[in-house]
Amino acid sequence: MVLIREFELKAKEVFRSGRMPGFIHVYIGEEAVATGVCGQLRKDDYVASTHRGHGHALAKGISARDAMAELMGVVTGCSGGRGGTMHLYDPTVGFLGSNGVVPPGILIATGAGLSAKLKGGDQVAVAFFGDGGSNNGAFHEGLNMAATWDIPVIFVCENNMYATEMPFAKATKNTNIASRAAAYGIPGVQVDGNNVLEVYEKTGEAVARARRGEGPTLIECLTYRWFGHHEGDPGVAYRTKEEIAAWKARDPIQKLHDDAIAAKLASEQEFKQIDVDIKGELEDAAEFALSSPLEKNETALDHVYFNPAAD
Amino acid sequence: MSETTTLISSASETPSRQAERIITYAQAGVEGVREEMRRNPDIFYIGQGIGPRGGNFQQSRGLWEEFGEERVRDTPIAERAQAGMGVGAALAGSHPIIDIVFLDFTLEAMGEIVQQASTIHYISNGRYKVPMLLRAAGGGVRSTGPHHSHTFWSFFAHIPGLKVAVPSAPADVKGLIKTALRDENPVMFIEHKGLYNTKGHVPEEEYLIPFGEARIARAGKHVTLVTLGMMVQRSLDAAAKLTESGISVEVIDLRTLVPLDKETIFASVAKTGRLAIVDEAYASCGVSAEVAALVAGEALDELDAPILRICTRPTPHTFSPSTDAYLVPSVDRIVSEVADLVGKKI
Repeated sequence: MVLIREFELKAKEVFRSGRMPGFIHVYIGEEAVATGVCGQLRKDDYVASTHRGHGHALAKGISARDAMAELMGVVTGCSGGRGGTMHLYDPTVGFLGSNGVVPPGILIATGAGLSAKLKGGDQVAVAFFGDGGSNNGAFHEGLNMAATWDIPVIFVCENNMYATEMPFAKATKNTNIASRAAAYGIPGVQVDGNNVLEVYEKTGEAVARARRGEGPTLIECLTYRWFGHHEGDPGVAYRTKEEIAAWKARDPIQKLHDDAIAAKLASEQEFKQIDVDIKGELEDAAEFALSSPLEKNETALDHVYFNPAAD
Repeated sequence: MSETTTLISSASETPSRQAERIITYAQAGVEGVREEMRRNPDIFYIGQGIGPRGGNFQQSRGLWEEFGEERVRDTPIAERAQAGMGVGAALAGSHPIIDIVFLDFTLEAMGEIVQQASTIHYISNGRYKVPMLLRAAGGGVRSTGPHHSHTFWSFFAHIPGLKVAVPSAPADVKGLIKTALRDENPVMFIEHKGLYNTKGHVPEEEYLIPFGEARIARAGKHVTLVTLGMMVQRSLDAAAKLTESGISVEVIDLRTLVPLDKETIFASVAKTGRLAIVDEAYASCGVSAEVAALVAGEALDELDAPILRICTRPTPHTFSPSTDAYLVPSVDRIVSEVADLVGKKI
């Protein structure tokens, strides 16, 4: 969680310095979801992510260097600088891509799960999407198909209460997304998305169920993004300052810290060391990304088509 | 590979040879898919009605019986899920066949085809590939009407990252679909619903037809007709009539739009000096525009006359049996317009 938090803070810093191309959607405030979910996954399991996908990528195993370089659009990025913030890919850790569209990751993960099932493996696939994605037709098509065919996929809805600027309560009549699982005949569970241990526990049940061949689960994680939809959106025109402050007071990292200290599972010194180590990792990642070269025109036409003779 | 192509080209010109096996366009497709599914266990097939029913056009007949319901799966009416799941399965190492059945309904899956399938190999810098076959039948036949007659092949040919086949002959269906299933890119395989029951010689042995090689369906010397799909037979019928008036027509069946065989077109135009493009799709921004631009840009000196485009007139598709025949290029219209092009009255 700290890695994700520090990664996003560093990305914001570089973006605001004007050196980062494009625009970014940061995940700060939602770290417990990616961390708790991906903590239950093996390296060969699959994840299909969203436009707000840096946290998912890091939690699934893409390095801070590879991800930050991709945000900078340089050749050392995990997609060679061609994808950018919303198109992080890494087949070595089963990361099927973040995505610029809402929410085809639901379908992509379902397809990966079907592939695993047909090949006789026991991998599972996870689709991350938001409350906005839950109102899109792909949600229905994907959940219906996955349920019907008992596909090993876990649908993780990060309900941060706003689809860009649209409050969820104004976007649907039934705001309990987990309850929609009943429509597909699959389990649905709502969890505190700012409690990493609860996310981890409920994901574990869903993953075990999927690996047993019993099909998908829908997990709704109630959470909140601290900042605007993208960098540059202050995020206050449609949200009150009181609401933002209340959610910041429920910081998932602070909660884990407080719980662990209270249970005497970790010391302050250990937490401080994590902060120091990760800040150093991010300094290195930013330095790596900012010093890496951009793609040259000579290779810009490569990989439009897969060509076994050339690849 | 080119020897096989030659064999097929000559075979289709001599359909009366006794040893030839004659099967339908639909059967040829099934045979190609069956051979590849036997060869590659990673191939699976999903679509609406492609299981026990054998496909709306019998384009998957017998596959469910042979390969079972794990690998041959009927889906709900959810084209977007079919295509999106195809992408995910391809990324995870399978080679899905996604049968959308009607080309019209690829619109329901367009985001997944264009924004995901076609782009991921490039934007992952080659780290992922997306081997999938998207199969759908286009075109109109006997008043299939506004929502079942579309001819969207140029949509897909416009998109880098997709390959596009539009076969017209049974032998080509088999050879091209086998090639498509060995290609690890997303391939749009667009058959024609009016051709599924047409018959032709299809070799029983295994063969592949490469993408990017047009077929000279008829040799001629006065005018080149570049065409595809359903319009190949109409162009051949028109060519036979035009011969009676002393006009010798060369008919080129493009077979694939991506990659497009420019060289065969240029060589033909160099011989004939005249070019007409016959397309069941609309003229505007379509295949005919692309072929015309290529010839104008790279072989203009070979032309003795303006380029002629004979295409479906630009209206939505109609159910009306009379005007349907007026709107879509007919043999008579091809004959008349080509005769005008070469300056002969018929």
